[in-house]
Amino acid sequence: MALTKTEVEKIAHLARLHVTDTEAEEVAKGVSDILGLIDKMQSIDTDNVEPLAHPFDAVQKLRPDAVTETDRRDELQKLAPQSQDGLFLVPKVIE
Amino acid sequence: MIEKTVAELSAALAAGETTSVALTQAYLDQIAAHNETLNAYITVCADSALAQARAADEARAAGSTAPLLGIPIAHKDLFCTEGVKTTSGSKILHNFISPYDATVVERMQAAGAVMLGKTNMDEFAMGSSNESSYYGAARNPWNLDRVPGGSSGGSAAAVAADLCAMATGTDTGGSIRQPAAFCGITGLKPSYGRVSRWGMIAYASSLDQAGPLCKTAEDAAILLNVMAGVDDKDSTSIDLPTEDFSAALNDSLEGLRIGLPKQHFAEGLNPAIDRAIRSAVAELEKLGAVVKEIDLPNSDLAISAYYVIAPAEASANLSRFDGVRYGYRCENPVDLEDMYKRSRSEGFGEEVKRRIMIGTYALSAGFYDAYYRKAQKIRRLVKEDYARAFEEVDVIIGPTTPSPAFELDSMKDSVTMYLEDIYTIALNLAGLPGMSVPAGFVDGLPIGMQIVAKDYAEAKLLNVAHQFQQVTDWHKQKPALSTAAKTKEA
Repeated sequence: MALTKTEVEKIAHLARLHVTDTEAEEVAKGVSDILGLIDKMQSIDTDNVEPLAHPFDAVQKLRPDAVTETDRRDELQKLAPQSQDGLFLVPKVIE
Repeated sequence: MIEKTVAELSAALAAGETTSVALTQAYLDQIAAHNETLNAYITVCADSALAQARAADEARAAGSTAPLLGIPIAHKDLFCTEGVKTTSGSKILHNFISPYDATVVERMQAAGAVMLGKTNMDEFAMGSSNESSYYGAARNPWNLDRVPGGSSGGSAAAVAADLCAMATGTDTGGSIRQPAAFCGITGLKPSYGRVSRWGMIAYASSLDQAGPLCKTAEDAAILLNVMAGVDDKDSTSIDLPTEDFSAALNDSLEGLRIGLPKQHFAEGLNPAIDRAIRSAVAELEKLGAVVKEIDLPNSDLAISAYYVIAPAEASANLSRFDGVRYGYRCENPVDLEDMYKRSRSEGFGEEVKRRIMIGTYALSAGFYDAYYRKAQKIRRLVKEDYARAFEEVDVIIGPTTPSPAFELDSMKDSVTMYLEDIYTIALNLAGLPGMSVPAGFVDGLPIGMQIVAKDYAEAKLLNVAHQFQQVTDWHKQKPALSTAAKTKEA
């Protein structure tokens, strides 16, 4: 199936990606080609097949609710583009 | 000395024939001579490698017999390495100095390995050619106009060209096996959950698995012994009794039942590869194996299901790159949304953005059942194909790839490239272990034979691969590097 420019813009927004008008057409083609490959799946009847989410159908392991990590805030925040007083800085969200 | 296997280097170090410092320096010299051409490493850690080598020599003098003591290793650049740049082949992590080590890295270090550096890869492991790396494509040491494969292309090229003794890689749809095949080396993708994913930058979490790229099956067993094991930090790592993967290497193959999937010897396979794999299988028959044709009817659908599941998981995993906590942030964002969108669009390459878009679409409201749920159902059908086959055979053998290493810039679109992974991708959906071992040459380029075994039967894989390598010498062939370098200048 072929995606329209509006659909590409909607998906890009959901994925928080910026797509310019000129790029949109090329992106639509690239994504549509892949959807063509994917659509082969639709030819198979899977009505009585259970979905497989984990290769061995394993379930999530549980562990005691105990603190295992040490506090490395300062060290980790050194990696941030902008931080101050233990906070990550981003452009103003509230006027 | 640098052309030797891990097993041989260990023996040489133990016998005092060389030191880790001498060995490490020899690999650093080889890197200095050839990395500019091969682009196998993104980062080389010469000083820290020599310091680790000195420490290894001291530890040996003090009586340590750690299994990889003093042996130089390269890690794929998606394993986090404390204090060392970890890019995952992306611009968005161009400045990311990891604050911690991946479990695999920690285990290799605890086993005494010396880290030479971080290897090149397709961006976020998305690719089969290494060409999507922000740091430029790595080259195939057998022919510099060819790709080394991907996504662990830098690791494969580095092992093949003796720029390290061994390397780590990861495999989500073939990313260890395919570059191993293209570069003429041995690569192992363990069963899902066998090796901890902690500290591996995630692509598709239900498919990703780490494994070794090396020169022989014997080495792969040694490396898997170090890498494997349950980890509290990865809830999907499997808690199985500790196993010595070297123990069964020398078992006889008498009576081994080999299945050849008819779908893997069908249209699309290079005829010379077909012949090479059939004569490799004939070698195994001489060792007592019996061969029969098997049917994997849903093979064709594996790629379709993969290109829903992997991008869907990737779109979720890569949402963490937002320009807030680490990595690239765009210049002068006008507001928060602009910052997210531009940081991500400027930081990610085309293929990564394409997969994020596919995944976002497949998971979006109204499409979930038609795509994601459908793909998970196909995933079960693919797994059941293998389960049925393994009722009749012990291992499944076929070509790793339909053609030898292709030329750089020759893949005209993504879908053509995706089809290159036709034989490898199903194993990740099914969680099964698989290996690629060198099995011949086509047009002067190495080709690989893929061996697949049941869940957790890595020891069986390694046994078959090791026995094959006792009666063949494809794995001992080396690329002529100086000639290769000259070709490039001309």
